[in-house]
Amino acid sequence: MSNMDKTQKDAGSGRQFTRRQFVGAGVAAAAGLAIAPGVTLLDLAHARPADQAADGAKRWGMLVDTNLCKNGCTDCVAACGKENGFASTGHPETDPQWIRKIELKEIKSGRTHSLPMMCQHCATPPCVDVCPTGASFKRADGIVLVDRHICIGCRYCMMACPYKARSFVHEEHHDQNPDVPRGKGCVEGCTMCVQRVDRDLLPACVEACKAAGHEAMLFGDLNDPNSEISKRVATYASTQVRADLNLNTGIRYRGI
Amino acid sequence: MKYEDFQRIEERAFYALFALFGVVVLLGAGAWHYMEEHGHVVTGMSNQVVWGIPHVFAIFLIVAASGVLNVASIGSVFGKTLYKARAPLSGMLALAMLGGGLAVLMLDLGRSDRIIIASTYFNPTSVFAWNVILYSGFFGIVAAYLVSMMAPRMKAYSKYIGLAAFIWRVILTTGTGSIFGFLVARQAYDSALLAPMFIVMSFSYGLAVFILVQSTMYSWNGLMLDAAIRRRMKNLLAIFVSAVLYFTLVYHMTNLYFAKQTDFERFILLDGGIYTSLFWFGQVIVGSLIPLAILFHPQLSSRCSAVVVASVLIIFGAFCQLYVFIIGAQAFPLNLFPGMEATSSFFDGRMPHPYTPSLPEVLLGLGGIGVAGLITMVAVRAFQFMPRDDYDQTVKAEIAPE
Repeated sequence: MSNMDKTQKDAGSGRQFTRRQFVGAGVAAAAGLAIAPGVTLLDLAHARPADQAADGAKRWGMLVDTNLCKNGCTDCVAACGKENGFASTGHPETDPQWIRKIELKEIKSGRTHSLPMMCQHCATPPCVDVCPTGASFKRADGIVLVDRHICIGCRYCMMACPYKARSFVHEEHHDQNPDVPRGKGCVEGCTMCVQRVDRDLLPACVEACKAAGHEAMLFGDLNDPNSEISKRVATYASTQVRADLNLNTGIRYRGI
Repeated sequence: MKYEDFQRIEERAFYALFALFGVVVLLGAGAWHYMEEHGHVVTGMSNQVVWGIPHVFAIFLIVAASGVLNVASIGSVFGKTLYKARAPLSGMLALAMLGGGLAVLMLDLGRSDRIIIASTYFNPTSVFAWNVILYSGFFGIVAAYLVSMMAPRMKAYSKYIGLAAFIWRVILTTGTGSIFGFLVARQAYDSALLAPMFIVMSFSYGLAVFILVQSTMYSWNGLMLDAAIRRRMKNLLAIFVSAVLYFTLVYHMTNLYFAKQTDFERFILLDGGIYTSLFWFGQVIVGSLIPLAILFHPQLSSRCSAVVVASVLIIFGAFCQLYVFIIGAQAFPLNLFPGMEATSSFFDGRMPHPYTPSLPEVLLGLGGIGVAGLITMVAVRAFQFMPRDDYDQTVKAEIAPE
């Protein structure tokens, strides 16, 4: 058997494989294809199954370091829109904004800050207190959500939220993310990307901030003393926005 | 027009007025359908000003509904006979206005189709949810009160049901004021003062509406309201208007005392554009001081038309007051970072947040008044709601000191 008989020529690249190599690669590829879903399942197994209640031992939160947050950068805002399926409609007054960048200037000193503002996922959320139907609710793990099935669109939660963190869906929206259904006439706000958090992924804004190399947003379990967020909150001074209201927010800020 | 001439066209006049209210209701229904189809994007409301002119109409009607019942309460609870004769009309107007107000409130919801959810899911910590119970209870108690006054067999219970209605209405208006009073987020609200202030506002708005309706009914039937009764009622109205002014003064004075509130007060009292104008010219001058001058004027106040004008001005002032209270409060931006200037794509720090009522919103609000008007017209036509002042010596003795 000549050497040529044992080889197959790749016309495109000119690279040559022996039959043994070819069979080996084929078996490896087939094995890979067979195992991949299992590996994915294994990965998903770490995530919370849909029928299991949120873990009350956890308190999801974020620490935003305004010293690292870049003035003018809106990657977190763009990532939120992409993940949750909304874009500008041309009506900025009525467009939803689950997260926004606020540029601050101290009146006396002129010092500037830039920070992302979203639902602060309060431990005692005013939106949950005032909601007549109970559509605004807090999950056991501290994430504040709106049940779109029983929201009547009264907007009382928007009147009650001190952070202007809720938006009202003023018009019909198409091209929605199936994970994040949004209906005209209901109120909505940051979900801390609950659909990602339940799969052990980071919220889209945090991931985008990381990808941009700023690392201004840190996500984690505030109840776990060994988590990075708990360690930093325990080590460095951090503040809660409108701390005077004593709402015990899940989002903390450094540098303001 | 002479009354004899009017009598000839009375039936036509009734149907014409009925048709007018009917058209207003239909326009309101059409406006609701338009808003329902397109979403609130067709209104002037936004993520900054989330409650607009429909809430002004709805809150006016609801507050005035509880206040108009006051006339009945003075009769049944406090035993004043001249008011007792007016109790059925007062109770009916309360139901009509509450019906109109709730219709506007419900139809302005983002999901007004979810009325079943609104009435079956209760969050016990929500003032709104309490109000759902308070409004339903009000309908039930006032309806029972009306029956007890109009059905001879039930008359014995009238006083007790009247007392229950009085207590219920005080709680109800406390609830309406608390819708705002419990909002810690906004500088205009977050005050226990709002609950009693709303009760006093209800006295004033309600009595103004009552006098207006009563005067219309008397003129319609070619009757003359006894001067002594009119004097009593206009004096009471003047006291209520003064009390609202007093509460308004205390509200702003306490705010002015708190350094953190001075920016907000400056906005409402000095720099707020339309809100400042509506406050000073609408509520204070046209809606309070001019009516007070009329009501206390020795000659003017003895004229029926002057008291009617004063009542109309008070109602106008009420709308101005609620517009400033509800929309002005939202036009002033939330202050998340005291001592800092904030800007964002979500309009943080913008002063003021703009709001212009759109036609559908105004029509929806007017529709609520149309509903109240229609109910009143049908009720007055079908039942005996005309106050009967065939009063005896007790009433004469009661009003004699005047």
